[in-house]
Amino acid sequence: MSETIKQFLYLNRKAPYGTIYAWESLEVVLIGAAFDQDVSLAFMDDGVYQLTKGQDTAGVGMKNFSATYAALGDYEVKKIYVEKESLAERGLSLDDLQHLVWEDEDDDWAEKDSIKLVSREEMTAVMDGADVVFSF
Amino acid sequence: MSTLHTVNKSPFEKSSLDACLTHVSGGANVLLLEDGVYAATKGTAVEQRVKEALDSVKLFVLGPDLLARGLSEERVIDGINVVDYAGFVDLAAENDKVQAWL
Amino acid sequence: MKFAIQINEGPYQHQASDSAYFFTKAALEKGHEVFRVFFYHDGVNNASRLTTPPQDDRNVVARWAELAEQHDLDMVVCVAAAQRRGMVDEGEMQRNGKDATNIDPRFRISGLGQLVEAAIQSDRLVVFGD
Repeated sequence: MSETIKQFLYLNRKAPYGTIYAWESLEVVLIGAAFDQDVSLAFMDDGVYQLTKGQDTAGVGMKNFSATYAALGDYEVKKIYVEKESLAERGLSLDDLQHLVWEDEDDDWAEKDSIKLVSREEMTAVMDGADVVFSF
Repeated sequence: MSTLHTVNKSPFEKSSLDACLTHVSGGANVLLLEDGVYAATKGTAVEQRVKEALDSVKLFVLGPDLLARGLSEERVIDGINVVDYAGFVDLAAENDKVQAWL
Repeated sequence: MKFAIQINEGPYQHQASDSAYFFTKAALEKGHEVFRVFFYHDGVNNASRLTTPPQDDRNVVARWAELAEQHDLDMVVCVAAAQRRGMVDEGEMQRNGKDATNIDPRFRISGLGQLVEAAIQSDRLVVFGD
């Protein structure tokens, strides 16, 4: 494996269940975590719907993969950027999203928030800082 | 870091172009391809929006996709550069990364 | 320069595979290296050797296979996406007890790590999708 460390950005702009993109994108994040890159996830536009609480897929016969987002912290995925404007446009706030955390081993395994609410401008900066952008 | 943004959706069906244009920093390059090329033509409801974008970003449109859709280069808004696939490759190489607004 | 190409959509339904093909061809003609072409989501359907388009249409699968032949391209089909969509090679046929294969031999089935590795090893990742 290469020694190169790149800034990976996974760009999520699509809602879950209507299409498979959100789920198969998450599969790449989980596999990619093993490659020790500097990983960030961006959720904007309909992508913010991926993180909502209380998803129940029993009635549509599909796998409910929303719990997997809560496991991202265990995969050392700690930087999850959610765009405020995208939430507001959809009548959502941070309270509507799952509480995602990671454990900081340098701070006695304290639980820290993974989600960072960012403005559109800040999201632009996050994108600008990436070396590689994965789109699905 | 300079980025080549690609938009492949008609602005009349999807919000990809708008999402892209509200998230690009000055000096970025945006390539319209596939159904994205409709945004590059004159006289549309989004023409003004596209012209405003030209103040801060460079816009390109993929020629073969224009021609396939019966759009001649004369229909393209002034200031938007028409490129072929080789030009697309050059843009991808000249910028530091490519971000697709799927 | 080294490119990695990701294709998220199947042939014919969407232009993504066509665009990716012409981009890849142009990059190779300019002397760039294409480290890998990775087929994901419905893009795995680009590998079906059983594709039979009408004679007056392009053969998307054969076109990729020919380009791969000419330039020794590494064309990888994601295994998880392929299994869901019934894309099978010899190994997958045996592993999953299927009675047929349908992948053109120029493509190979492998894991998602191949996409991540391609993104690390290449100078640019270019994604084509919906």
